[in-house]
Amino acid sequence: MSNASPRRLASSRPVHRTAAARLPAVAGLCALVALTAVVARPAAAQPVPAPVAADQAFRLGDLPPVAANPITPAKAALGHALFFDPRLSGNGTVSCASCHNPSLGWSDGLKTGIGINGTVLSRATPTIVNVAYNTQFMWDGRSRSLEDQALGPMKAAEEMKTDFTSMMRMLSSIDGYRDLFEKAFPGEPIGEATVAKALAAFQRTVVSKDSRFDRWLDGDRTALTPQEWRGFQVFKDPAKGNCAVCHSGPNFTDNGYHNIGVAQAHGKEDPGRFAVRALPSMKGAFKTPTLRDVALTAPYFRDGSAASLMEVVEHYNRGGDDKSNLSRDVRPLNLGRQEMEDLVAFMHTLTGRQPIVALPQLPQSPRAPTASVARPSNPVSARN
Amino acid sequence: MTKNLSSRLSCGALRLVLTAAMIAVPAVGSAAEHVVSQKGKAFNVKTLKVKVGDAVKFVNEDPFSHNVFSLSAAKNFDLGTYPQGGAKSVTFDKPGTVEVECAIHPDMQMVVEVAK
Repeated sequence: MSNASPRRLASSRPVHRTAAARLPAVAGLCALVALTAVVARPAAAQPVPAPVAADQAFRLGDLPPVAANPITPAKAALGHALFFDPRLSGNGTVSCASCHNPSLGWSDGLKTGIGINGTVLSRATPTIVNVAYNTQFMWDGRSRSLEDQALGPMKAAEEMKTDFTSMMRMLSSIDGYRDLFEKAFPGEPIGEATVAKALAAFQRTVVSKDSRFDRWLDGDRTALTPQEWRGFQVFKDPAKGNCAVCHSGPNFTDNGYHNIGVAQAHGKEDPGRFAVRALPSMKGAFKTPTLRDVALTAPYFRDGSAASLMEVVEHYNRGGDDKSNLSRDVRPLNLGRQEMEDLVAFMHTLTGRQPIVALPQLPQSPRAPTASVARPSNPVSARN
Repeated sequence: MTKNLSSRLSCGALRLVLTAAMIAVPAVGSAAEHVVSQKGKAFNVKTLKVKVGDAVKFVNEDPFSHNVFSLSAAKNFDLGTYPQGGAKSVTFDKPGTVEVECAIHPDMQMVVEVAK
């Protein structure tokens, strides 16, 4: 999805002019094309209606303060290093970024995640975009805070399988890490609490709030195309898409749990939230994910069973598949094809500008090779 | 004097409004039924003080489903999930603090203080 505005998309006329000059026979046609472009241009940039007052409920504000763990540059820098460091895992091969890959919308592009030793996980990797705004963590909400969530995959045997004793020994033995910890948490020990706080602080810096939709909320009526604007109307209309019933508020999530009727293989039902809250309505219910940057995080649903946003919309349009404990708020929508395409177009407007995420230079052990060690003549075979 | 009376009157009026908002209706004997609404993904009160034997009716005023439950020792209950306009009651039969929540929207929380 490009963030190009309609104005920028209509910038190819010089090519037509050049072609017309070199080939007089088609000059008339090219002139017509150019004329069409000139005529069409104002239409493409036609301002859409301004937001109504209620639309401002989707405006994303400043980061919510976290009294127990305020973000500081030093904490974020440490968390950045830890997030990308595979040495935190049990066998040194898996980092947080292995699944939460910034090149893939801070997810992994897979149906379900792949953990340590190639273990295929049972649920999709959720993006960490705008996790700072969430109040619920993990698909089933089993983590009470982002700090708690940060340690979850490390403690899971099928994900990172971290040996915490070894990890703390490793972190404490490297000067670079000792410096980073001391700057981030002066006087505090290197331990689970500081690792969790640093990882959470870093994740809270991953924010998407400058999408074209945000620019439209700010008053730029040319930031959306008419189709995208129509898609937003479908999105919020309870009689149409009714999407905002769950994907509500500034981060497009109600921080709630719903059974949306994703088909499940018999005998392999995922209990979802029911494992945390053993209430009948929570069987097969999962947290509402954010829709910000959603175009970057295919496939969709907690099992990755929808390959595209259109497949997601089609799922809701038929009122879900598994109706055994379906949310009362999921029902057939009877949207037409155009409305569904408009809805998908709208969701693409929620993609923020993507910053270039630098890979951190991870602190290394001070034990560098000495001069007396012979260099391998063939580095490739030496690595193998 | 006039000012004090006026102040007392407006305090009384305020109390009347607050009481009306809670709609505590005397039921059989001395028990009462209190009404709590769910609107804007929130309970309309954070804390409600009731007496043993009182009932609380939870009314869903949002255009989508809510649930009401508690896992507290003083009252463990689940009213299930119901749509806009739906209402269900629960009677508090033991003293104590009851933490009430919506299972669908866990940020919706309130406390019922049940006194003897």
